[in-house]
Amino acid sequence: MKISATVTLKKEVLDPQGKVVGQTLKNMGYKNIVNVRQGKYFDIELDETNKEKAKKIAEDICKKLLTNIVIEDYTINLK
Amino acid sequence: MKSSVIVFPGSNCDRDVAVALEKFQIKNQMVWHDESSLPKSDLVVLPGGFSYGDYLRTGCIASKSRIINDVLKHANEGGLVLGICNGFQILIETGLLPGVLLRNKKLRFLSKNVFLRVINVSSKFCLNYNKKNIIELPIAHNEGNYFANDELLKKLEDKNLIAFKYCNEKGDINKTSNPNGSSNNIAGILNDKKNILGMMPHPERLIDPLLSGEDGSIMFESLLT
Repeated sequence: MKISATVTLKKEVLDPQGKVVGQTLKNMGYKNIVNVRQGKYFDIELDETNKEKAKKIAEDICKKLLTNIVIEDYTINLK
Repeated sequence: MKSSVIVFPGSNCDRDVAVALEKFQIKNQMVWHDESSLPKSDLVVLPGGFSYGDYLRTGCIASKSRIINDVLKHANEGGLVLGICNGFQILIETGLLPGVLLRNKKLRFLSKNVFLRVINVSSKFCLNYNKKNIIELPIAHNEGNYFANDELLKKLEDKNLIAFKYCNEKGDINKTSNPNGSSNNIAGILNDKKNILGMMPHPERLIDPLLSGEDGSIMFESLLT
């Protein structure tokens, strides 16, 4: 089963890279840009067919390695 | 006294700190991160550098290395652990020290000498700084902006767990003497039991007049007292 995880900085944590990307887009003429947040994306292939079990493993992976839960949030997508 | 310096792929201050330890007659061994057991040590040093190329988050991959299990055991039994720069980042990722190290406020790698005020002079690492508590040490980092929430900051202040704060030449701790934006100018912290010290500045780089100063020597001398 394939799963993906997206890790982003929490809303209240300053994201300087996202800020610069957003400002650059505005400078390029995209006047309707409101906000940009930069994150990390992981494609994970699991040898597991049970959806529930896969989700549990993904949660575990995110908490233990992919995310620093002090400053980051994660979202998991099962494909 | 016996020490172990843990070497990760990408460590680059491991030999500097070994030279410093040996200068003060601390019997040191280099330990590769993939070893499963730690040699008998009084002190474990996690050196500076760019372990695993800073992949994922600084210090993150190193904090899951095989040797870390024994380092955790050593730390939890009250053994001394010193994390310098990337070593501090690794200590944060292992959970041995609280808080988080964010990118420097101005998004620049900082490599320069800074002034520090030694706040806690009662830990094993800093005893001898009671004679001189405004010191100068080099910093060289991109992610040294220590961040803690208000509750944690209060705990660190109240329990005297802040080892060093950035200051100016006169010892004033303020915004202009804060190089990287860290909360309350924090440059280094201790755990509750004060056997673990994590710090961004490099004491091992100032241990000889030929290296332009000896403020780092005081830490190694403290360890021996």
